[in-house]
Amino acid sequence: MNVTDEKINGFNVLFVKDERIDAHNSTVLKDYLLHMIEQGEVNIVVQMEQVRFVDSSGLGALLSGFKHAEAKSGKLSLSNLQKQVLSMFELTRLNRVFEIHRDLDEALEIDN
Amino acid sequence: MNSSANFQIDVVIPTQTKYLNLIGSIGEHIGKDLEDFTGDREALAYHLNLVLTEATTNAIKHSNSDDPKDTVRINIDIQEHELIIRVYDHGQGFNLETIPKPDFDHPKEGGMGLFFIRTLMDSVTYKNRGDCNILEIRKVLL
Repeated sequence: MNVTDEKINGFNVLFVKDERIDAHNSTVLKDYLLHMIEQGEVNIVVQMEQVRFVDSSGLGALLSGFKHAEAKSGKLSLSNLQKQVLSMFELTRLNRVFEIHRDLDEALEIDN
Repeated sequence: MNSSANFQIDVVIPTQTKYLNLIGSIGEHIGKDLEDFTGDREALAYHLNLVLTEATTNAIKHSNSDDPKDTVRINIDIQEHELIIRVYDHGQGFNLETIPKPDFDHPKEGGMGLFFIRTLMDSVTYKNRGDCNILEIRKVLL
């Protein structure tokens, strides 16, 4: 799993560089998020512009991060979802759980 | 690919998740190339990628972990008006009917894979055939 994180306006923006999140790499994403949250970085935006494909384990990894951030009074939101990836959140109603932003500017403005 | 091009793809992989990309990509290519499909081919391509990924993940999870040479066989049968995916595993098997639908009001990390298969395809069965289990998924192509 190829991810980088960057602090922007007080938020931790996690850039997922892989095109695909499935059961082969989703555990790495999940553990990366949990490690950030354990370090006290609880306000996270996951930027998913590069992600063309996500499966149920990928959604599960993001949901895990969301719940752990929420439990520490933080928030995990998403930005730059491709059309088909967004449709997976809609199909599972997870679009009602996550804040999903069009782009990073929107995500950071709203969060601020 | 036009409707007269009936064919099958048969792949046998080790029970390792690094092969999910390969299997999913085959589904994506098939979906994009089904020229006679009148619906949204981009969506179909994603759905076939997803369903093959989920079904193969499921077979790997249920495989015989004691046997390093265990394999999962994936057969994709493209017919004139139907696409049939069969995934063969050698594990203990499970009862498809007892797997609950996800609770959307209280989402959990697991349990969405079979929901995707059931929702995006037209029929799903899981049967034991003595030496293996077969997950059979059918999608009508119109």
